[in-house]
Amino acid sequence: MAKSIDVSDLNIYYGDFLAVEGVNMTIKARSVTAFIGPSGCGKSTMLRSLNRMHEVIPGARVEGKIMVDGQSLYDASIDPVAVRRQIGMVFQRPNPFPTMSIYDNVLAGNRLNAKKLSKSEGDTIVERSLQAANLWTEVKDRLNKPGMGLSGGQQQRLCIARAIAVEPQVLLMDEPCSALDPISTSAIEDLIHELKSDYTIVIVTHNMQQAARVSDDTGFFNLKATGEPGHLVEFNPTKKMFTNPDQESTEAYISGRFG
Amino acid sequence: MSTTELAVQDVTTSLRLAQPRLPRWAPALVGVLAVAAAGLPALLLGWGLVPWLFLAAVLFLVVLPLWSLAVENARAAVDRLMTSLVWTTFGVAMIPLAWLIWTVVKNGASVISIEFLTFDMRNIVSDGGGIYHALLGTLLVTGAAALISVPVGLFAAIYLVEYGKGSRLAKWVTFLVDVMTGIPSIVAGLFALALFVLIFGPEIRLGFGGSVALSLLMIPIVVRSTEEMLRLVPDDLREASYALGVPKWRTITKVVLPTSLGGIITGVMLAVARVIGETAPLLVVAGKTDSVNMNLFNERMTTLPVYIYYQFTQPGVAPAGTGGDAPGIARAWGAALVLIAIVMVLNLIARLVGKIYAPRKG
Repeated sequence: MAKSIDVSDLNIYYGDFLAVEGVNMTIKARSVTAFIGPSGCGKSTMLRSLNRMHEVIPGARVEGKIMVDGQSLYDASIDPVAVRRQIGMVFQRPNPFPTMSIYDNVLAGNRLNAKKLSKSEGDTIVERSLQAANLWTEVKDRLNKPGMGLSGGQQQRLCIARAIAVEPQVLLMDEPCSALDPISTSAIEDLIHELKSDYTIVIVTHNMQQAARVSDDTGFFNLKATGEPGHLVEFNPTKKMFTNPDQESTEAYISGRFG
Repeated sequence: MSTTELAVQDVTTSLRLAQPRLPRWAPALVGVLAVAAAGLPALLLGWGLVPWLFLAAVLFLVVLPLWSLAVENARAAVDRLMTSLVWTTFGVAMIPLAWLIWTVVKNGASVISIEFLTFDMRNIVSDGGGIYHALLGTLLVTGAAALISVPVGLFAAIYLVEYGKGSRLAKWVTFLVDVMTGIPSIVAGLFALALFVLIFGPEIRLGFGGSVALSLLMIPIVVRSTEEMLRLVPDDLREASYALGVPKWRTITKVVLPTSLGGIITGVMLAVARVIGETAPLLVVAGKTDSVNMNLFNERMTTLPVYIYYQFTQPGVAPAGTGGDAPGIARAWGAALVLIAIVMVLNLIARLVGKIYAPRKG
């Protein structure tokens, strides 16, 4: 139940401003792909365009092609809501729904889509998703407490559980650990390793060690100059990126000579 | 200078953090002295309470900063002056409020009885009678006004925040809502009257007309407060919902509205409290009656403010030989007390509901 994504000649705009230019890449199914690069180079924008979250921002649009399972995501006949049901997303800051309990937060994707669930089905989904997010043992005795009462790391894992409860094909993660301490980060990285067997995962990170630890492929984004659009400098297996990159600027960035 | 020299110098020049300070009880002492000192001319010249307290306040505002300036420093003196000013103006602002409530309770409490709350004014020419018809009228007219304005206001606010963001239409709607906030209530009443006269003829008076007039006053308040509440919902939550594949309308009804529900209900309650005391538009379009009328769509209907107005302007005569006040005046105070109580209860309910629906932690 995982799909690969083909991106070709993608240009992403905010109104008239070209934010990301000419991206070509293939994101493999059942693997982890990391996007790295300096701030403002379009990693998050690129990620958000993969499940049509980009167009939620007024004036934002996309040119080019993103193919998933033989269908072009930006085709006129494609329903963005259906796309987002298949391609889930975890955000930089944990954002559990404040009015809902832990239990309801996990089921939010199902409930909000008006899916009728019996009590036992709901219980199964909640337990399976929380188990998968490594949160079950910590919260199983307080499932009816508000999700906002958890710690930052737990909230983020709750958001991951919420994203995988709807069983998407692909999971997009936008700097999921940037607001978390090292222990929670390590918990989420372990989680990414486990989820890899079932999902296609794309992760944006500022932390190059994290990219090296969790990903199979890495894409390096950079700006040509300030004010210029971001572009994909290099896309290669992570091992090659970190040992013998094709581009000099990749090596400079990874070795810490700039950025 | 070597490092040892630096270290030595650091020890010898002492850091002065301690400064002379006025004792903690200084403001209290100055306050008591100011009241006493102002009491002297007040007694000698036979002043009332108000000039006495005014002089005491002025003395306090002068003496405490001066004392502080002498003992402490200029910054502390200014701080004391400002603090005293803030407290004084706060006190001045509270006086009319406390005075008003005290007057209404003093004059109205003795009138309140079972009879006063459950009898209407039909065939009453002197003593007795009550506010039952006006109480019912107020609840029905205001309830119907809320029934009209809450959906309209809520949907308008949802349009402004969720759909119209930054569009030309939204800007116009916001502008017109602001203009509506400033409509004098009598104009709203005349508009409602004109509307119903146009449809039903010149003799028409009905409670529902009052509801329409009140809703004209209520809608802008509901739109404004709801809009503010919806804007407070972080975009993160909307995005989280979209990313789960939830359509926009479901995101609004299931995520945005529940998150801001407490604030929205508080805003609606405050809008109700604001219009429940309106007199002018109801005088114009709902008219006045002495009998119970439960039908919003037929015949005149009295509400509490209109009742108060008529009891005050046409108080009737006291029973022969008793020589007391006209009975209408006491009834007006009683009705005023009931009206204030209703508004207060509404405010309390709004606070309670706001607490219950506020997103909780832990």
